[in-house]
Amino acid sequence: MIASTWQWLTDPVNWSGPGSIPNQILTHLWYSAIALFVASLIAIPAGLAIGHTGRGRFFGVNLAAAARAIPSLGLLFLMVLWLFPKFSGSSGSAAFVVPSLIVLAVLAIPPILAGAYAGVEGVDPAARDAAKGMGMTGMQVLRRVEIPNAMPLIFSGFRSATLQVIATATLAAVVGADGLGRFLIDGQKIRDYPQMAGGSLVVAILALVVDLLLGTIQRYAVSPGLTGRRTSASRRGRSDGVSGSAESAGRSNTPLDVEISDPRRTVDSQPS
Amino acid sequence: MTWFIDHLGEVWDLGRQHAVLAGLPLLLGLLIALPLGWLARRFRWLYAPFTAGFGLLYTIPSLALFVILPLVTGRGILDPFNVIVAMTLYTVALLVRTVADGLGSVPGAVTNAATAMGYTPGKRFFAVELPLAVPVISAGLRVAAVSNVSIVSVGTVIGVQQLGLFFSDGFNRQFYDPIVVGIVACIVLALLFDAVILVVTRLLTPWLRATGARA
Repeated sequence: MIASTWQWLTDPVNWSGPGSIPNQILTHLWYSAIALFVASLIAIPAGLAIGHTGRGRFFGVNLAAAARAIPSLGLLFLMVLWLFPKFSGSSGSAAFVVPSLIVLAVLAIPPILAGAYAGVEGVDPAARDAAKGMGMTGMQVLRRVEIPNAMPLIFSGFRSATLQVIATATLAAVVGADGLGRFLIDGQKIRDYPQMAGGSLVVAILALVVDLLLGTIQRYAVSPGLTGRRTSASRRGRSDGVSGSAESAGRSNTPLDVEISDPRRTVDSQPS
Repeated sequence: MTWFIDHLGEVWDLGRQHAVLAGLPLLLGLLIALPLGWLARRFRWLYAPFTAGFGLLYTIPSLALFVILPLVTGRGILDPFNVIVAMTLYTVALLVRTVADGLGSVPGAVTNAATAMGYTPGKRFFAVELPLAVPVISAGLRVAAVSNVSIVSVGTVIGVQQLGLFFSDGFNRQFYDPIVVGIVACIVLALLFDAVILVVTRLLTPWLRATGARA
């Protein structure tokens, strides 16, 4: 079985033309990207708002927990069954693809939302108070202190959403959409196990590569004050809060070293 | 609702198989993750490669894993054994880090006190460190339980007997009732697992109630 799977994977026929492995990888990534983009547009602002204001926390926590219990395959079938008649008039494969994309986006929202709100909520209160004491408005605190500090958790939420979306995009083939799941489903119909296993290996490798890539981006997108990437002094800044940032001498850009450009310096009276 | 009542026996049968496919790996995974988590704690240099390495297992999409595993196990693709192995791998992937972090959450003063009272390292582990790590491990187990129940239903695509078969049944006949019943049954099963873990955790951690802390 292993030999024939390898043969399928290395057969040049499967590497060019429509429906080939590279094509399906691109389609798979395209579906995933659209779903993640839509989900982020909704979940990140909502998560930041929950974390910043502390309102709707109960809703956020429970949504994320409950969403894990919903079987994605069931949701997918339900959505296609419900939306198919509404799109059947339109051209091409929209009738399969649109419901699949909706399900993917719905599945991606809870982890992104949870990461965003937990990240903002977990910001050291001392850092937040210091920012307020320096005269930042609520929005400034959010933009310059809370979001940079929340980056690791925002990213990890986005990463788990990405993994879930890539995994579930495989299921989209069951309802007729394209993507790497095609090889599994088509192979199963004609009892072609090498094609199924080959397609599965490609999905698994794609998921691994995307996750490692996001991990690398995260390393460089998160402020060095949090990752300890550059100096050991900035690493201490994480646990010591304010005093640590004083140690990271010079112009190091720890999230706590904020310059006040706003001359008004009004203290934000809103409890955050 | 009438569809549900008419097919109660079927829901019960598939629900039981679903519970086994999701629940058994939970126990196996915990048994495997305990020594691995202990190792990651005992030898600090193992922590990063262990948590990252087992975490990678979790990135493999479930459907892909169900299809690839027969290559490794040598069993037929429809054999539920593959699903059990796959779910165990996912459980281990989630729990190694949790176990290591849970053991790490035991205060140093407590282990020192236990040593001073004459506990051997082995006895100290089972009598002091492991019980104190239960709340953290149980939190990880709850996540694994709920996601296991959901992932097992993906086995529908390759024809494994479990609640997800209601999804494909309803989809093929363009009939909502079985899909809705399947989804609700999955959620109920997940809640049931969650409740069992919570009750067991409560029984294992009587001191949390005594001091009024939350489990």
